[in-house]
Amino acid sequence: MGIHEAWFVVIAFLFLGYFVLEGFDFGVGMLMPILGRGAGSEKRRRVVLNTIGPVWDGNEVWLITALGALFAAFPEWYATLLSGFYLPFLVLIVSLILRVCAIEYRGKIDDPVWRARCDAGIGIGSWIPAVLWGVVLANLIRGVAVDSDKQVTGGLLDLFSPYALLGGLTTALLFALHGAVFIALKTADEVRVDAGKLAVSLAVPAVVVTGAWALWTQLAYGKGWTWIALGLVLAALAIALPLARAGREGWAFGATAAAVASLVVLVFGSMFPNVLPSTIDSAFDLTIHNASSSAYTLRIMSWAALFTAPVVIGYQAWTYWVFRQRISMAHIPPPIGLRTR
Amino acid sequence: MDALDVSRWQFGITTVYHFIFVPLTIGLAPLIAVMQTLWVITKKDHWYRLTKFFGKLFLINFALGVATGIVQEFQFGMNWSEYSRFVGDVFGAPLALEGLVAFFLESTFLGLWIFGWGRLPKLVHLATIWLVAIGVNASAYFIIAANSFMQHPVGARFNPETGRAELTSIWELLTNNTALAAFPHAVAGAFLTSGTFVAGVAGWWMVRNVRRGEIDLARTMFRPAARIGMLVIVIAGLGLVYTGDVQGKLMFEQQPMKMASAESLCHSGTDPAFSVLTIGTHNNCDSVTHLIEVPGVLSWLAEGKFSGVELKGVVDLQKEYNEKFGPGDYRPNLFVTYWSFRTMIGLSAGSGLLALVGLWMTRGRRVVHQRWFGWLSLLAIPTPFLANSAGWVFTEMGRQPWVVAPNPTGVDQIRLMVSQGVSDHPTSTVVISLVTFTVIYAGLGAVWFGLIRRYVIAGPLEHDAHPPGDDESDADSDAPSQLSFAY
Repeated sequence: MGIHEAWFVVIAFLFLGYFVLEGFDFGVGMLMPILGRGAGSEKRRRVVLNTIGPVWDGNEVWLITALGALFAAFPEWYATLLSGFYLPFLVLIVSLILRVCAIEYRGKIDDPVWRARCDAGIGIGSWIPAVLWGVVLANLIRGVAVDSDKQVTGGLLDLFSPYALLGGLTTALLFALHGAVFIALKTADEVRVDAGKLAVSLAVPAVVVTGAWALWTQLAYGKGWTWIALGLVLAALAIALPLARAGREGWAFGATAAAVASLVVLVFGSMFPNVLPSTIDSAFDLTIHNASSSAYTLRIMSWAALFTAPVVIGYQAWTYWVFRQRISMAHIPPPIGLRTR
Repeated sequence: MDALDVSRWQFGITTVYHFIFVPLTIGLAPLIAVMQTLWVITKKDHWYRLTKFFGKLFLINFALGVATGIVQEFQFGMNWSEYSRFVGDVFGAPLALEGLVAFFLESTFLGLWIFGWGRLPKLVHLATIWLVAIGVNASAYFIIAANSFMQHPVGARFNPETGRAELTSIWELLTNNTALAAFPHAVAGAFLTSGTFVAGVAGWWMVRNVRRGEIDLARTMFRPAARIGMLVIVIAGLGLVYTGDVQGKLMFEQQPMKMASAESLCHSGTDPAFSVLTIGTHNNCDSVTHLIEVPGVLSWLAEGKFSGVELKGVVDLQKEYNEKFGPGDYRPNLFVTYWSFRTMIGLSAGSGLLALVGLWMTRGRRVVHQRWFGWLSLLAIPTPFLANSAGWVFTEMGRQPWVVAPNPTGVDQIRLMVSQGVSDHPTSTVVISLVTFTVIYAGLGAVWFGLIRRYVIAGPLEHDAHPPGDDESDADSDAPSQLSFAY
């Protein structure tokens, strides 16, 4: 394997980490209003939100680092992708901004209106990226109108083909399911029960839609070996359902994480060795070779990644271990935000 | 306005906005770590209360720092794709390193610090905030190394086949003399900001407590906090002067146009006088009337001696660049460079005044009761923020029209005009993002200010009066104890 291939794998791995970890963060944000209904709704919402309390910020850094690594290793890919998908990324950034502030500021003021606004921010900041990432991934595989100057021509609507929209629905459903299983794993009492039920009811549509999109991807763009990734996506989702129903949340979470990871492998595997194919002429395709940095930069970045990544993974895993305890309503302290005047 | 101007405004607005919150984060994390360390060592509750009090303010600020930082990681590719193509091989490396080394560290360990009260052993918990403090400063180093490449490109070659700059030495890039001067300058500015913030808030609370008759609280809690802040101001201030001087001398050598325009020095000459105040149409250099001038200062700033210094003026540099790089306007906006330089230096006096007055008035075991001191404390707080912004505006607008300024002793082809770096977007597209970011930022800025103000006025809160009892309450799920913190 050459260094270009290796860096394609590194980029894929960083996005894999991002989608596996932020997938359930988005799911938690998406399902918080649904699971937070009924008696004691405020406490229930806080139980749900606090399942990701100490870790969501670190999870989000996977995206920032993936983008930095993309810039360093494949500057042409970075430049073409971000300038070509301008408005989707603008919407994505705005929703991420809202989510950061809404999560951090929610408990700062003890007032129902304030909390409702923050909940809206968390909802928007979770639903929109969950859909948009699927759209972006679909277009990465399908290709866009890249011209001879590596500029993306063509309108905004080109990015929202049926294939891309199905991709968006896939990631949204998959992340919702992943989040539901995660909440069930991290909570005790009735929130756990409700999250388990929600996971079971989400599992069937998630399997159907993900299966459809993954099969479409495989048939239209896949390679021989990506059938394995496709098989793993479906197998993982299929065993997640009985595991969730049986209350085996740890295993069920492992299964949904494996499904997300396999889907990312399928996506990047189908793309390879292109990184952004051109729908105008395959001579204009961005590939791992014509979009990459020089050999020296790739080598330096390889050493940096080799030394830092294991440390990062180590302390992030330790953080999950520290906060492994299940959260119940009884754990939630009274609100300590300042009162409204 | 075309897409270029809109893109410049957008990058300017978003980075200036980001850098409102960044210095407070960079400077406050170590100060909170010091407060918590003092609590762990002395076991005195008021250090714990101060840690929690400033910790809350830190977190309110950190959130917006993160939120506005996300934008930057996308923006190079979105609006400056041609620039990203040209320098990505070089510029991407420090950005990726920043993510790997610094962002992961600060975000992960901040989560552990926020939620780890009463769950982690005391010393491990203390280590988490120190790691956050290291992380935020490390990130500053990497991003400033990246920026310094744009000011003074080193460690790269020009590949004529691809038409791109290519990295030849990561070591040279990370030890760029511009980066080694800019990083301590920015960090000193950040410490000045946080020192002023802590001294201002604690100073105001000291006066308030004394006037309420709670002199003990003022003496045990707010007086030491204010004095720590003031001490930080003094040290950071000296650091700023020194690093600023080093940086200025580098600029005279490496970016002469920036310094000539900062001094509104039109024509080359020996020992030109330093200008303090001018009037006139700045962007027509010769119309400027110098009202107050000090001889000798400029020569000293440039080369460290008072006479015999030859300095180039804007008009002559413009001629020189025309010959070297072809026809074009190579002058920055002279009005902005001249006044941002003076604003940066002038506003730092706000912190200095608070520190000197405050240290004198709290000498011995004195606490301050004068109302005007409370006002001085509050009024000093915004000054370093404005000085930081002015300094970055000077640095960035002083390198116009370049996005990668040519290095006089480097590779000549590694240079790029801002107009060549911008993405090829319709103006309307960029206007949409400019308006969106500006509106969202204005709204969030108002929320941030409102929260900071309310939490400062509320003061150290009752529920933070005492540290959590024992650290071994973990893992007893039979009798759930409440979390020490939950969103």
